[in-house]
Amino acid sequence: MNKIAIRSKTATRVGAGSVGFLGVFYRSTVGKKIIMAVTGAIGVGFVIVHLSLNLLAYAGASSMNDVDRLLKSTGGWLWLARAVLITAVVVHVIIAWQLLRTSRASRPVDYQHWEPVGSTFASRTMRWTGVMLLLFIPLHVLHLASGTLHPDFVADDVYHNVVSAFRVWYVSALYILAMGILGLHVFHGSWSMFQSVGFNHPRYRGWIRHLATLVTLVVVLGFISIPIAVLLGILS
Amino acid sequence: MNFTLCIWRQKDARSPGRMMTYDAKDVSPDMSFLEMLDVLNEKLIGSNDEPIAFDSDCREGICGTCSMMINGIAHGPRRGTTTCQLYMRHFKNGDILRIEPWRNKAFPVIKDLVVDRTALDRIVQSGGFISTRAGSAPEANGILVSKFDADSAMDAAACIGCGACVAACPNGSAALFTGAKLTHLALMPQGQPERSRRAIKMVTAMDQADFGNCTMHRECEAVCPAEISVTVIVQMNWEFLRASFLEREIITPSVSQSEIKTLPRSNDATT
Repeated sequence: MNKIAIRSKTATRVGAGSVGFLGVFYRSTVGKKIIMAVTGAIGVGFVIVHLSLNLLAYAGASSMNDVDRLLKSTGGWLWLARAVLITAVVVHVIIAWQLLRTSRASRPVDYQHWEPVGSTFASRTMRWTGVMLLLFIPLHVLHLASGTLHPDFVADDVYHNVVSAFRVWYVSALYILAMGILGLHVFHGSWSMFQSVGFNHPRYRGWIRHLATLVTLVVVLGFISIPIAVLLGILS
Repeated sequence: MNFTLCIWRQKDARSPGRMMTYDAKDVSPDMSFLEMLDVLNEKLIGSNDEPIAFDSDCREGICGTCSMMINGIAHGPRRGTTTCQLYMRHFKNGDILRIEPWRNKAFPVIKDLVVDRTALDRIVQSGGFISTRAGSAPEANGILVSKFDADSAMDAAACIGCGACVAACPNGSAALFTGAKLTHLALMPQGQPERSRRAIKMVTAMDQADFGNCTMHRECEAVCPAEISVTVIVQMNWEFLRASFLEREIITPSVSQSEIKTLPRSNDATT
């Protein structure tokens, strides 16, 4: 009885060619990983752009605020970029959830003892760092973008908002911690996204790990340098 | 040498299992891991106990039949080694050895340490073959293959299908196995006619067999007795992407009801 149920479920899942090639792609774990890679790449791209704007703080208050004004003056384009980014995050999270369920279901009885021999701390904590980033993002938007959680928020004065926020040591500590978590997620993600899309050229594949390390170091060190600079009084 | 063994005992697929402790005394350091279990089994039979069921066949590391987790590592602590080629001298006197079966929904336990790996056969049956001219053996140099491709295909073809990759994977993914089979055939001229069809069919068969998804932990590569690299997974992803979007023919994996029935479900083997 049970066996028949399993069979009919399998048959409907296959759908006998009714789903088309996009359906086959989307339903497969390989296709889902490719979508994870593309949406993740959009995220990494955003993080790098965000970092380059943050580093303008070292050029002084006026240049940072000028670029902020320039971005806001694009109006629709800014919202288009935001829409792409939000869509990418939502799709990334939904598919991560689907894949997590598939993987959990594949091992109903767990090992009493399991020893990691090939994985990294970053790879094993991908889901946890992902959830933590998902909690950090709204907090960060409410804090430094909308100002809702900022006690001394001045509209259109980004430099002031950043510096006054990071003068509070625990706000800086929270951001530094969050950037460490982002670093772990970006390290494994920016390496494995190349694997997911099948980038397998023997001449270049050895460099992907180095590229991921470089991107991670730049992102983490770049971001945390700002709260540290504020705390040390370099930015004021 | 003396060891304390904690071994998973399970009467059959339906019964719950549990870890049982045994003492292995006066073990020769030159015994293989399986020979050590053979000696323990003789002792169990002598005292009218049920011997420990485990899989083995060639005992020279080429058939891929032996399959156990030893201290949480598939095929034990030595790299590039099957359980049968693991010797007791690789352990320290007095060690506690925890032995469990491969654990995956697609690999149901038949008894003790024996699991049903038919799911891997189903992946191969779905597309792991080529069309070839039957008859006498063709001239060996009739189709030329570059040395690089031949070597890469041979590295992938080293897969013995033991399932350690699935057992070691935190996600329970069969990506290394499927990737090895796909890479092996995709790199050879003989594999070209079915290249795209094979990619779609085998990836779909892999997903249907209740395996998890690959997140590139690289645990599989570390335990693989044939030392197959995760680059075969990358190749699989490329083959699937290529077949989905670049192939002129639109391929959908339509598996008919009758096709599924000819492949035995894992439950059938136990009855």
